[in-house]
Amino acid sequence: MNNEMHLKFRAISQNESFARVTVSAFVAQLDPTMDELTEIKTAVSEAVTNAIIHGYENKREGYVYISAWLDGDTVELEIRDEGIGISNIEEAKQPLFTTKPELERSGMGFTIMENFVDEMTIESDPNHGTVVRLKKKLSNAKAVFN
Amino acid sequence: MSLQVHFEWKEKYILVVRLSGELDHHTADQVREQVSQAIEEKQVRHLILNLENLSFMDSSGLGVILGRYKQMKQANGEMIICSVPPSIERLLDMSGLYKIIRIDPSEEQALHRLGVA
Ligand SMILES: Nc1ncnc2c1ncn2[C@@H]1O[C@H](COP(=O)(O)OP(=O)(O)OP(=O)(O)O)[C@@H](O)[C@H]1O
Ligand SMILES: [Mg+2]
Repeated sequence: MNNEMHLKFRAISQNESFARVTVSAFVAQLDPTMDELTEIKTAVSEAVTNAIIHGYENKREGYVYISAWLDGDTVELEIRDEGIGISNIEEAKQPLFTTKPELERSGMGFTIMENFVDEMTIESDPNHGTVVRLKKKLSNAKAVFN
Repeated sequence: MSLQVHFEWKEKYILVVRLSGELDHHTADQVREQVSQAIEEKQVRHLILNLENLSFMDSSGLGVILGRYKQMKQANGEMIICSVPPSIERLLDMSGLYKIIRIDPSEEQALHRLGVA
Protein backbone atom coordinates (compact mmCIF):
# COMPACT_ATOMS: atom_id res chain seq x y z
CA MET A 1 0.00 0.00 0.00
CA ASN A 2 1.29 3.36 -1.00
CA ASN A 3 -0.87 6.37 -0.28
CA GLU A 4 -0.81 9.87 1.15
CA MET A 5 -3.13 12.64 2.32
CA HIS A 6 -2.85 16.24 3.49
CA LEU A 7 -5.13 18.23 5.77
CA LYS A 8 -5.28 21.88 6.75
CA PHE A 9 -7.71 23.13 9.39
CA ARG A 10 -8.17 26.04 11.78
CA ALA A 11 -6.47 25.79 15.15
CA ILE A 12 -9.64 25.48 17.22
CA SER A 13 -10.48 22.75 19.70
CA GLN A 14 -13.58 21.67 17.76
CA ASN A 15 -11.17 20.22 15.17
CA GLU A 16 -9.32 17.89 17.58
CA SER A 17 -11.80 15.06 17.17
CA PHE A 18 -12.10 15.76 13.44
CA ALA A 19 -8.32 15.39 13.06
CA ARG A 20 -7.95 12.11 14.93
CA VAL A 21 -11.02 10.52 13.35
CA THR A 22 -9.87 11.54 9.85
CA VAL A 23 -6.36 10.18 10.32
CA SER A 24 -7.71 6.97 11.79
CA ALA A 25 -10.11 6.52 8.84
CA PHE A 26 -7.20 6.99 6.43
CA VAL A 27 -4.95 4.55 8.30
CA ALA A 28 -7.78 1.98 8.41
CA GLN A 29 -6.77 1.02 4.85
CA LEU A 30 -3.84 -0.86 6.37
CA ASP A 31 -6.15 -2.96 8.55
CA PRO A 32 -4.64 -1.97 11.91
CA THR A 33 -5.74 -3.58 15.16
CA MET A 34 -8.11 -1.67 17.46
CA ASP A 35 -5.21 -1.03 19.83
CA GLU A 36 -3.05 0.38 17.05
CA LEU A 37 -5.89 2.67 15.93
CA THR A 38 -6.37 3.92 19.48
CA GLU A 39 -2.65 4.61 19.76
CA ILE A 40 -2.61 6.55 16.49
CA LYS A 41 -5.74 8.52 17.43
CA THR A 42 -4.30 9.40 20.82
CA ALA A 43 -0.92 10.47 19.42
CA VAL A 44 -2.62 12.68 16.80
CA SER A 45 -4.87 14.18 19.45
CA GLU A 46 -1.81 15.04 21.58
CA ALA A 47 0.08 16.72 18.75
CA VAL A 48 -2.94 18.67 17.47
CA THR A 49 -3.90 19.79 20.99
CA ASN A 50 -0.32 20.97 21.55
CA ALA A 51 -0.43 23.01 18.35
CA ILE A 52 -3.70 24.66 19.45
CA ILE A 53 -2.87 25.26 23.13
CA HIS A 54 0.87 25.92 23.00
CA GLY A 55 1.73 26.74 19.38
CA TYR A 56 -1.15 29.19 18.90
CA GLU A 57 -1.75 29.82 22.63
CA ASN A 58 -5.50 29.16 22.35
CA LYS A 59 -6.00 32.32 20.29
CA ARG A 60 -8.17 30.54 17.74
CA GLU A 61 -5.90 31.86 15.01
CA GLY A 62 -3.73 30.02 12.53
CA TYR A 63 -3.83 26.59 10.95
CA VAL A 64 -2.73 23.09 11.80
CA TYR A 65 -1.39 20.91 8.98
CA ILE A 66 -1.40 17.13 8.98
CA SER A 67 0.19 14.90 6.37
CA ALA A 68 0.00 11.14 6.41
CA TRP A 69 1.82 8.59 4.29
CA LEU A 70 1.18 4.88 4.10
CA ASP A 71 4.16 2.93 2.89
CA GLY A 72 3.89 -0.86 3.01
CA ASP A 73 3.02 -1.65 6.60
CA THR A 74 4.20 1.70 7.96
CA VAL A 75 2.33 4.92 8.76
CA GLU A 76 4.15 8.21 8.82
CA LEU A 77 2.49 11.32 10.20
CA GLU A 78 3.50 14.92 10.28
CA ILE A 79 1.64 17.44 12.47
CA ARG A 80 2.75 21.00 11.92
CA ASP A 81 1.88 24.47 13.22
CA GLU A 82 3.18 27.96 12.54
CA GLY A 83 3.03 29.02 16.15
CA ILE A 84 5.49 30.15 18.83
CA GLY A 85 7.75 27.10 18.65
CA ILE A 86 9.61 25.27 21.41
CA SER A 87 12.86 26.73 22.72
CA ASN A 88 14.08 23.63 24.57
CA ILE A 89 12.88 20.40 22.97
CA GLU A 90 14.69 18.04 25.36
CA GLU A 91 13.04 19.73 28.32
CA ALA A 92 9.62 19.71 26.61
CA LYS A 93 9.87 15.93 26.12
CA GLN A 94 10.37 15.20 29.83
CA PRO A 95 7.41 13.45 31.47
CA LEU A 96 5.33 15.89 33.57
CA PHE A 97 7.05 18.95 32.09
CA THR A 98 4.50 21.61 31.17
CA THR A 99 4.58 25.35 30.65
CA LYS A 100 0.84 25.60 31.25
CA PRO A 101 0.07 24.09 34.69
CA GLU A 102 -2.60 26.78 35.21
CA LEU A 103 -4.58 25.17 32.39
CA GLU A 104 -4.40 21.80 34.19
CA ARG A 105 -2.01 20.33 31.63
CA SER A 106 -0.23 17.26 32.92
CA GLY A 107 2.92 17.42 30.80
CA MET A 108 2.32 13.94 29.42
CA GLY A 109 1.63 14.65 25.72
CA PHE A 110 5.09 13.92 24.29
CA THR A 111 5.54 10.95 26.62
CA ILE A 112 2.26 9.46 25.38
CA MET A 113 3.21 10.06 21.71
CA GLU A 114 6.61 8.48 22.24
CA ASN A 115 5.03 5.44 23.87
CA PHE A 116 2.33 4.96 21.24
CA VAL A 117 4.48 5.08 18.08
CA ASP A 118 7.86 3.60 17.09
CA GLU A 119 9.62 6.85 16.29
CA MET A 120 8.96 10.46 17.25
CA THR A 121 10.98 13.45 16.13
CA ILE A 122 10.34 17.08 16.92
CA GLU A 123 11.62 19.98 14.91
CA SER A 124 10.94 23.47 16.13
CA ASP A 125 11.94 26.98 15.35
CA PRO A 126 10.96 29.60 17.95
CA ASN A 127 8.59 32.08 16.28
CA HIS A 128 8.15 29.94 13.19
CA GLY A 129 6.49 26.82 14.47
CA THR A 130 6.79 23.15 15.25
CA VAL A 131 6.71 19.90 13.30
CA VAL A 132 6.13 16.58 15.04
CA ARG A 133 6.88 13.46 12.99
CA LEU A 134 5.53 10.11 14.07
CA LYS A 135 6.26 6.74 12.53
CA LYS A 136 4.54 3.48 13.33
CA LYS A 137 4.81 0.01 11.86
CA LEU A 138 1.54 -1.92 11.95
CA SER A 139 1.59 -5.53 13.04
CA ASN A 140 -0.82 -7.19 10.65
CA ALA A 141 -0.81 -4.73 7.76
CA LYS A 142 -2.02 -6.35 4.57
CA ALA A 143 -1.09 -5.40 1.00
CA VAL A 144 2.61 -5.70 1.70
CA PHE A 145 3.18 -6.82 -1.89
CA ASN A 146 1.43 -3.91 -3.61
CA MET B 1 -18.25 13.48 18.82
CA SER B 2 -19.02 14.73 22.30
CA LEU B 3 -19.01 14.02 25.98
CA GLN B 4 -21.89 13.33 28.32
CA VAL B 5 -21.55 14.03 32.03
CA HIS B 6 -24.08 12.33 34.28
CA PHE B 7 -24.39 13.11 37.99
CA GLU B 8 -25.95 10.91 40.63
CA TRP B 9 -25.93 11.59 44.36
CA LYS B 10 -25.79 8.72 46.84
CA GLU B 11 -26.53 9.30 50.50
CA LYS B 12 -26.21 13.10 50.15
CA TYR B 13 -22.42 13.29 50.32
CA ILE B 14 -21.29 10.81 47.66
CA LEU B 15 -21.27 12.16 44.12
CA VAL B 16 -21.05 9.67 41.27
CA VAL B 17 -20.00 11.21 37.96
CA ARG B 18 -20.39 8.97 34.91
CA LEU B 19 -18.60 10.07 31.79
CA SER B 20 -19.45 8.77 28.35
CA GLY B 21 -18.08 9.69 24.94
CA GLU B 22 -14.76 11.37 24.27
CA LEU B 23 -12.72 13.32 26.80
CA ASP B 24 -10.23 15.60 25.07
CA HIS B 25 -9.13 19.24 25.34
CA HIS B 26 -12.36 20.40 23.70
CA THR B 27 -14.70 18.53 26.05
CA ALA B 28 -12.55 18.77 29.21
CA ASP B 29 -13.81 22.24 30.16
CA GLN B 30 -17.33 20.96 30.55
CA VAL B 31 -16.37 18.24 33.06
CA ARG B 32 -14.02 20.60 34.89
CA GLU B 33 -16.69 23.27 35.32
CA GLN B 34 -19.55 20.98 36.31
CA VAL B 35 -17.59 18.85 38.75
CA SER B 36 -15.68 21.80 40.26
CA GLN B 37 -18.93 23.62 40.87
CA ALA B 38 -20.45 20.63 42.65
CA ILE B 39 -17.37 20.26 44.88
CA GLU B 40 -17.40 23.96 45.72
CA GLU B 41 -21.10 24.33 46.37
CA LYS B 42 -22.14 21.00 47.84
CA GLN B 43 -20.83 18.73 50.53
CA VAL B 44 -19.01 16.12 48.50
CA ARG B 45 -17.14 13.78 50.77
CA HIS B 46 -16.48 11.13 48.15
CA LEU B 47 -16.30 11.73 44.43
CA ILE B 48 -16.60 8.62 42.28
CA LEU B 49 -15.57 9.05 38.67
CA ASN B 50 -16.94 6.24 36.51
CA LEU B 51 -15.02 5.96 33.21
CA GLU B 52 -16.76 2.84 31.91
CA ASN B 53 -18.31 4.45 28.86
CA LEU B 54 -15.43 6.71 27.85
CA SER B 55 -14.52 5.69 24.31
CA PHE B 56 -11.55 8.06 24.07
CA MET B 57 -9.30 9.98 26.42
CA ASP B 58 -5.96 11.76 26.05
CA SER B 59 -3.70 13.84 28.31
CA SER B 60 -6.45 16.45 28.68
CA GLY B 61 -8.37 13.84 30.66
CA LEU B 62 -5.35 13.16 32.86
CA GLY B 63 -5.23 16.88 33.64
CA VAL B 64 -8.91 17.03 34.59
CA ILE B 65 -8.67 13.92 36.77
CA LEU B 66 -5.56 15.14 38.58
CA GLY B 67 -7.14 18.58 39.01
CA ARG B 68 -10.28 17.13 40.65
CA TYR B 69 -8.14 14.82 42.80
CA LYS B 70 -6.29 17.85 44.16
CA GLN B 71 -9.53 19.77 44.62
CA MET B 72 -11.08 16.93 46.62
CA LYS B 73 -7.96 16.58 48.72
CA GLN B 74 -8.03 20.28 49.50
CA ALA B 75 -11.66 19.91 50.61
CA ASN B 76 -10.66 16.97 52.83
CA GLY B 77 -12.59 14.61 50.60
CA GLU B 78 -11.63 11.58 48.58
CA MET B 79 -11.74 10.81 44.91
CA ILE B 80 -12.17 7.32 43.50
CA ILE B 81 -11.99 6.23 39.87
CA CYS B 82 -13.82 3.13 38.73
CA SER B 83 -14.46 0.95 35.68
CA VAL B 84 -11.41 2.07 33.71
CA PRO B 85 -11.30 0.79 30.09
CA PRO B 86 -7.96 -0.90 29.18
CA SER B 87 -6.82 1.82 26.76
CA ILE B 88 -7.30 4.48 29.44
CA GLU B 89 -5.67 2.30 32.08
CA ARG B 90 -2.43 2.62 30.09
CA LEU B 91 -2.56 6.41 30.31
CA LEU B 92 -3.24 6.38 34.06
CA ASP B 93 -0.33 4.00 34.48
CA MET B 94 2.07 6.05 32.34
CA SER B 95 1.29 9.25 34.23
CA GLY B 96 1.65 7.71 37.68
CA LEU B 97 -1.98 8.50 38.59
CA TYR B 98 -2.51 4.82 39.31
CA LYS B 99 -0.22 5.12 42.28
CA ILE B 100 -1.89 8.09 43.92
CA ILE B 101 -5.59 7.68 43.16
CA ARG B 102 -7.78 4.90 44.45
CA ILE B 103 -9.11 2.81 41.57
CA ASP B 104 -11.90 0.25 41.87
CA PRO B 105 -12.96 -2.29 39.23
CA SER B 106 -16.65 -1.29 39.33
CA GLU B 107 -18.98 1.37 40.67
CA GLU B 108 -20.66 -1.24 42.87
CA GLN B 109 -17.33 -2.11 44.46
CA ALA B 110 -16.46 1.54 44.98
CA LEU B 111 -19.81 2.15 46.69
CA HIS B 112 -19.55 -1.04 48.68
CA ARG B 113 -16.19 0.04 50.08
CA LEU B 114 -17.81 3.28 51.16
CA GLY B 115 -20.45 1.31 52.99
CA VAL B 116 -23.29 1.96 50.54
CA ALA B 117 -25.22 -1.11 49.47
N1 LIG C 1 3.28 22.77 19.12
C1 LIG C 1 3.90 23.35 20.17
N2 LIG C 1 4.25 24.66 20.12
C2 LIG C 1 4.86 25.25 21.18
N3 LIG C 1 5.17 24.62 22.32
C3 LIG C 1 4.85 23.31 22.43
C4 LIG C 1 4.19 22.60 21.37
N4 LIG C 1 4.03 21.33 21.75
C5 LIG C 1 4.53 21.24 23.00
N5 LIG C 1 5.04 22.42 23.42
C6 LIG C 1 5.71 22.68 24.72
O1 LIG C 1 6.14 21.43 25.26
C7 LIG C 1 5.57 21.22 26.57
C8 LIG C 1 5.31 19.76 26.79
O2 LIG C 1 4.29 19.28 25.91
P1 LIG C 1 3.42 18.02 26.36
O3 LIG C 1 2.40 17.76 25.34
O4 LIG C 1 4.34 16.90 26.72
O5 LIG C 1 2.76 18.52 27.73
P2 LIG C 1 1.57 19.59 27.92
O6 LIG C 1 0.90 19.84 26.61
O7 LIG C 1 2.10 20.76 28.64
O8 LIG C 1 0.59 18.78 28.87
P3 LIG C 1 -0.44 17.62 28.39
O9 LIG C 1 -0.04 17.20 27.02
O10 LIG C 1 -0.26 16.52 29.38
O11 LIG C 1 -1.76 18.21 28.44
C9 LIG C 1 4.35 22.12 26.61
O12 LIG C 1 4.01 22.48 27.93
C10 LIG C 1 4.80 23.31 25.77
O13 LIG C 1 5.59 24.21 26.52
MG1 LIG D 1 0.29 18.31 25.37
